[in-house]
Amino acid sequence: MSGRFEPLPGGGAALALDEVEISILRSLAMQLAELIGPGDQPEGPSDPLDALFAEGPSKPPADPALARLFPDAYMAPDAELGVDEEKEARAASAEFRRFTENDLRARKRDDALAMVRDLDALSSAGLSRDPAVLELEPQKARQWLGALNDLRLAIGTRLEVTDDEDGGELLGLPDSDPRKPMVMAYFWLGGLQETLVETLLS
Amino acid sequence: MVPEPDVPWVTVVHNDPVNLMSYVTYVFQSYFGYSKDKAHRLMLDVHHKGRAIVSSGSREEMERDVQAMHGYGLWATLQQER
Repeated sequence: MSGRFEPLPGGGAALALDEVEISILRSLAMQLAELIGPGDQPEGPSDPLDALFAEGPSKPPADPALARLFPDAYMAPDAELGVDEEKEARAASAEFRRFTENDLRARKRDDALAMVRDLDALSSAGLSRDPAVLELEPQKARQWLGALNDLRLAIGTRLEVTDDEDGGELLGLPDSDPRKPMVMAYFWLGGLQETLVETLLS
Repeated sequence: MVPEPDVPWVTVVHNDPVNLMSYVTYVFQSYFGYSKDKAHRLMLDVHHKGRAIVSSGSREEMERDVQAMHGYGLWATLQQER
């Protein structure tokens, strides 16, 4: 398992992936796309024009992973707000959410699904080679970077990574712990993201 | 809170345990066009102080920045500077 993106001459990044890694990554990206989903849609027949002008949700998602991906825009976690200020901040957050969350969801979902498609293309093209080498042009590399970050945010929330020290603690979990596979995936994705950032900054 | 039109709004990025330090720096460089040094300094503020003001301007501009930060997966909010 190399687990490292390498810079490509002329921009972009390359990553060697074996069959198992491709299937893990594909499954994680698919789960992310499903988690993000289209969001709360109004009931009834869907008209493309209606969909275009439809307002998004006004409440934060109940799922903690989604709440982290789509945070309240006016509610700073460290703010000490009076009753009226909080009411105002909630109202402004709801307004912001109505006009932005659907777009943001669509984009994040697209990024995750693009990752799935790239992996599918890789496994159909690269069956003779194991590991196969994924090559991303710069724009694709940025799309992957976003999707990898969203994946880590979702998994990190599920694993309840709550402060900067948790990483070490999670790594020390015994193999019998049910969280272990997710922890391994979390750190593997962290390595992928870290090396992808390096290639983009180089 | 009485809205004061002359007081600028700011975009604040908050610390979170998942985002990589290198990624946060990368976002500040690529979205805001900040120098490597400035982006790095802001990232360290987020990391050590828990928050950093990353941009300021009109409310509309800050809503755009916050939306962009959420797109990158950073935890950002906007507020009027006090």
